Amino acid sequence: MAKKFRVEVTADECKGCGRCIAVCPKKLLSRGKELNIQGYFAIIAENPGNCIGCGSCFYQCPEPGAITIFEEE
Amino acid sequence: MSEKVKFGRSKVFFDTFHRRPGPIKKNMHYCPGCGHGILHKLIAEAIEYHGIQEDTNLIAPVGCAVFAYYYFNVGSISVPHGRAPAVATGVSRAKPESFVISYQGDGDLAAIGFNEFLQAANRGEKMTVFFVNNSNYGMTGGQMAPTTLPGQKTTTSPYGRNPETEGYPTPVCEIVNALTAPVYIERVALTTPGRVANAKKAVYKAIQNLKERKGFSLVEVVAPCPVNLKMSADQVNEFIEKQMLNYFPLGCLRDKTADMEPGKLPAPVIRDEESVRKILFPVRSENGVAADFRNSSAVFDQELRVKIGGFGGQGVLSLGVMLANMARLRNFNVSWMPSYGPEQRGGSACCAVTVSRNTIPSPIIDRGGNLLIAMTQAALDKYLPELRDDGVLIYDHTAVKLPQLPETMQTYGIDALAIADEKLGSSKFANSVLLGVLAAVLAKNGMNEADKADFDKAFAEAVEEKFGKKPGAVEANIKAYEAGKAAL
Ligand SMILES: Cc1ncc(C[n+]2csc(CCOP(=O)(O)OP(=O)(O)O)c2C)c(N)n1
Ligand code: SF4
Repeated sequence: MAKKFRVEVTADECKGCGRCIAVCPKKLLSRGKELNIQGYFAIIAENPGNCIGCGSCFYQCPEPGAITIFEEE
Repeated sequence: MSEKVKFGRSKVFFDTFHRRPGPIKKNMHYCPGCGHGILHKLIAEAIEYHGIQEDTNLIAPVGCAVFAYYYFNVGSISVPHGRAPAVATGVSRAKPESFVISYQGDGDLAAIGFNEFLQAANRGEKMTVFFVNNSNYGMTGGQMAPTTLPGQKTTTSPYGRNPETEGYPTPVCEIVNALTAPVYIERVALTTPGRVANAKKAVYKAIQNLKERKGFSLVEVVAPCPVNLKMSADQVNEFIEKQMLNYFPLGCLRDKTADMEPGKLPAPVIRDEESVRKILFPVRSENGVAADFRNSSAVFDQELRVKIGGFGGQGVLSLGVMLANMARLRNFNVSWMPSYGPEQRGGSACCAVTVSRNTIPSPIIDRGGNLLIAMTQAALDKYLPELRDDGVLIYDHTAVKLPQLPETMQTYGIDALAIADEKLGSSKFANSVLLGVLAAVLAKNGMNEADKADFDKAFAEAVEEKFGKKPGAVEANIKAYEAGKAAL
């Protein structure tokens, strides 16, 4: 069975720099329309379950835990 | 069905950044899109992967990464601008079992600290340097750095960097590649997933070299500073790809790690912590009185602040050293701080000696002095304002004319040079004469009988320590000292 992944953006930890947007091969990430507690338009993940777990966005993100990629077991 | 984290927060980061001021405790302080954060993540992961968190020491620079210790749960030291490789050298030598990382920006490494960095590289210190090249001074608001590109506008190159007057971007990796000692040099970027994958490999390798003590490793990271470059995430990536990489080509410039024997732990320089403590804190005092302190006279209750000033060649500095040594031999805390002109001979000379039963907060004496020994008019004029109104002034009465002084001040005019010349045939004994005078002055100011005798003994011991091997010198100095005592 193919592995399943999920991308999660913790909105309050995101500074909205947008480095992750371009690198997602599935184009799952986009800029949100709401300000987070830090005053940034945090990134949101649409259809997070379509994530293929490549980690590209995680490694473009300068924050330790704003993006997490989960793997279903 | 359950989930596990495939990519997430490294355990080498603190779970909560409790040192960060303000309410945000999970984020780093870097600007949105900053390369420092990405590199921090790669380093944290590599430390975790190689299992060296416990013994890692990260030396953080001055620059945006100055607060790296907020984030990495490893040993950390913040150091003055550019000095990370020097401090890293010290740490790796004093604690050879540790794994030392020097983390630096381009202003820190390639400008103010270039010498420290190159010397550490040339010595092949067992350390890994991570070098963030973001083409400007980030923390201070985007000034020109050694890595700024020709034509690039910064706050200090508003018309663009002009190579004719400001030179060309400093190729740090290429310069280090001219040295023999370094084992691993690679330049990476963070613009695309492929580039980040290479950067990750390089960071892991550099951490592995550290773990295996292979030698000096350098990873230069061409990194985005979008805020100071006034660019979006995409624009800064394009600037790096299309412009920076022309001057800073990516790739591995050197990898000698396969040829290197894994390094052995070098012999530590100082391992005896008790000795270190004794050097740093010679007197362990409680309630102001050291356990092995024996001079109980009231004059020693307060800190004695002594300034000695004159010409170079009058023995001003060695008089201070002798006094400091006497006090050291009696378990006082002492500081001796010389200051003299650029001349090798002659010129003005001065030293400040502080003697205390307690910790000495500063070796500088610029006020509140208890004793001034002035051998010249210039020294008197300069240092008299620092002397307390109830202080003691010993001056050379042939060289110095006294101004109006507070009545509470004690003054003793002595021509120590003449006494030394007359009694011992050489003015070089003047400093011992003056110590004799000092013994007499202290005796007048409440030194008890036991301490009077002990002062003489301490002088004899200090002279023995210094001149013990020179025949006749000990006796001559003691004779000069006695002459000084008698002169008062
Ligand atoms: C001795 C000294 N000189 C100057 C400064 C001011 N200063 C603070 S950070 C900095 C530049 C740092 O630039 P860089 O090393 O490129 O790091 P970045 O902030 O870009 O990460 C300077 C000049 C200082 N703190 N100390
Ligand atoms: S100023 Fe530049 S280097 Fe400093 S935190 Fe911001 S983006 Fe990073």
